[in-house]
Amino acid sequence: MYQYDDYDQKIVDQRVAQFRDQTRRFLAGELTGEEFRPLRLQNGLYIQRHAPMLRVAIPYGHLRSDQVRKLAEIARKYDRGYGHFTTRQNIQYNWPKLEDVPEILAELATVQMHAIQTSGNCVRNTTTDQFAGVAHDELIDPRPWCELIRQWSTFHPEFAHLPRKFKIAVSGSVEDRAASWVHDIGLHMVTDAQGEIGFKVIVGGGLGRTPMVGSVIREYLPRWHLLSYLDAILRVYNRYGRRDNKYKARIKILVKAMTPEAFAAKVEAEWQHLQDGPMTLTQTEIDRVSAFFTAPAYERLAGDDAGFLQLKAENKAFARWVQRNVFAHKQPGYAAVTLSLKSTGIAPGDATADQLDGVADLADRYAFGEVRVSHEQNLILADVRQSDLAAVWDAAKKLGFATPNIGLITDIVCCPGGDFCDLANAKSIPIAEGVQRIFDEEDYLFDLGEIDLNISGCMNSCGHHHVGHIGILGVDKSGSEWYQISLGGRQGHAASLGKVIGPSFAQDDVPAVIKQIIDVYVEQRLADERFIDVFDRLGIEPFKARVYQKERAHG
Amino acid sequence: MGKHPHIIRLDRASGHREIVANHWIRVAEAGDDAVPGHTLLPLKQWLERRDELLERDDVGIWFAPDDEPEALGADAVRLAIIAVDFPAFTDGRGFSIGRLLRERYGFTGELRAVGDVFKDTLNYLRRCGFDAFEIRADKDVEEAAKGLDDFDDAYQNSVDQPAPLFRRR
Ligand code: SF4
Repeated sequence: MYQYDDYDQKIVDQRVAQFRDQTRRFLAGELTGEEFRPLRLQNGLYIQRHAPMLRVAIPYGHLRSDQVRKLAEIARKYDRGYGHFTTRQNIQYNWPKLEDVPEILAELATVQMHAIQTSGNCVRNTTTDQFAGVAHDELIDPRPWCELIRQWSTFHPEFAHLPRKFKIAVSGSVEDRAASWVHDIGLHMVTDAQGEIGFKVIVGGGLGRTPMVGSVIREYLPRWHLLSYLDAILRVYNRYGRRDNKYKARIKILVKAMTPEAFAAKVEAEWQHLQDGPMTLTQTEIDRVSAFFTAPAYERLAGDDAGFLQLKAENKAFARWVQRNVFAHKQPGYAAVTLSLKSTGIAPGDATADQLDGVADLADRYAFGEVRVSHEQNLILADVRQSDLAAVWDAAKKLGFATPNIGLITDIVCCPGGDFCDLANAKSIPIAEGVQRIFDEEDYLFDLGEIDLNISGCMNSCGHHHVGHIGILGVDKSGSEWYQISLGGRQGHAASLGKVIGPSFAQDDVPAVIKQIIDVYVEQRLADERFIDVFDRLGIEPFKARVYQKERAHG
Repeated sequence: MGKHPHIIRLDRASGHREIVANHWIRVAEAGDDAVPGHTLLPLKQWLERRDELLERDDVGIWFAPDDEPEALGADAVRLAIIAVDFPAFTDGRGFSIGRLLRERYGFTGELRAVGDVFKDTLNYLRRCGFDAFEIRADKDVEEAAKGLDDFDDAYQNSVDQPAPLFRRR
């Protein structure tokens, strides 16, 4: 993992001092609420429904065990003993006091963490594949490039006040696990005919009110030029992105208005001036940063562990957990384990301080002291020996993190919604729970196979409902909470947006409607056909017919 | 608009800064008559009268956020002062204008940030090439000047530090 040097540490320390001063001036009345707002947002601090909410950055989802322990300590000391992992691989605290935030930041800085640019109209945390560096299908490790982008984007002087927020995702594997087609910029690591590493550059994807899949504006960008090319894209956006209407301010609207071709031409023209300039990366810097992401000291193992295979054959519960929560590793004899933060009745993505400490212990004992956060809001131990899987499973069960449901319908991606978020139209957490209860029976759950169900409490789409096979969106209808359901969305390289099934439903009806949708799937599937494949074969009609057969919905 | 008392001036070479009286008057529109000395004209109007004004070092330009440095182009090197308006500090277009004037069009005169300018953006402004800051009248100018020192170093290249950190660490 990346380790700060004196430069990195000083920048973060000075940010703490700056924010302490800003908070002091706000409390002293020297900064108005309106002035303080963008300043605090750039440091991840919202004023929410019940209390402020602080979003702490977890760059590309990577944590060391000492950082996890610090997150636990902060949860205990300044919050109500838990935190919430987000779909942006960050963590949020829902109950800190405004006056405490400078101190929280100072504590985070002691373990090389911060809340810089976790909100506001600036470049946000760069995200990537939670299995980066270990995935069996990885082409190139994206993490050094994420760190280079993190540094490039941190306090970029020109792009501190963009028209709107700006999110970058990097993918380096065959499967796209970084949702890179629905980011402001998606970068795919590729090689050219000579085997030279570079990037395919996708711009203008995004969810929210106007969901769009991005457009490729450059098939191949040599790696040296990554940062200067990003400068060119951001400069075009900063200058020409709309600022008159916040719903039309994302880069996707600009790309669409200009057409991707014209946008690409404008970026190229700008880049002509920047190409080969000082931001051209050097081999020394690429080597320096890459050195932090070398493989850990793996034991040389012949192949699959015999004890592990035997237990898997004998113990059905273990086998199920392995099937869902253990991911193939490129190192023989190793595996990546997903700790499910999706047990029924707990808000998806929530973890208590004690659970966090437990995860840190597991990481130290079995996974080289590292933990990752996925954009599906689960935690990952990336490098576990197969021979340790049984022990990790036992420990995860004790922590409540062993629900064998990764990729299944109860592994729900869910935003905080109306229970916490000021922008929400409707609650999302109780909907998640209602759905989980219906599919709680394990044989039934496993029989249904892979289904992504995503819930957002409003059009901001933090719960990525557009790219769920089943998406649920909270809508406001004359002051009461309703839910619109869409089907057929998906992430990955075939990313596409779900289609709205029809009029929205009252909260109490949602679980039953989801059940009906699943019933149609079960009746219609051929052999092992997945939900999404049945949807592609039959279209939305049979689902629609079922859920609207008797008049439940109201307009 | 009009005259404004507080200007923080930064000597870019030495880092020395001082608070000075303002001698320039920014106008929304100039009449047809001769332009008085120490006037900052909107870019568009200056361009219309370019031939008449190009030799005058007592007339400057101010940019609105949607004005394009490309329109001024190489004439930038002939000017003594350019102001860039930030109608709201959250409108970051002026940052790009500053960098383009300095880095692409070779402007070496005084680059002044005007409008919603106070302590919390000075550091970014300095890095984008600004060396004069017209602090909002209701803010403490001495306190604002401290914003220039919020950070000692930065990752990116910028006008005040053309080498990004990765070429120096
Ligand atoms: S989707 Fe809406 S309700 Fe949910 S967290 Fe985002 S802004 Fe809040």
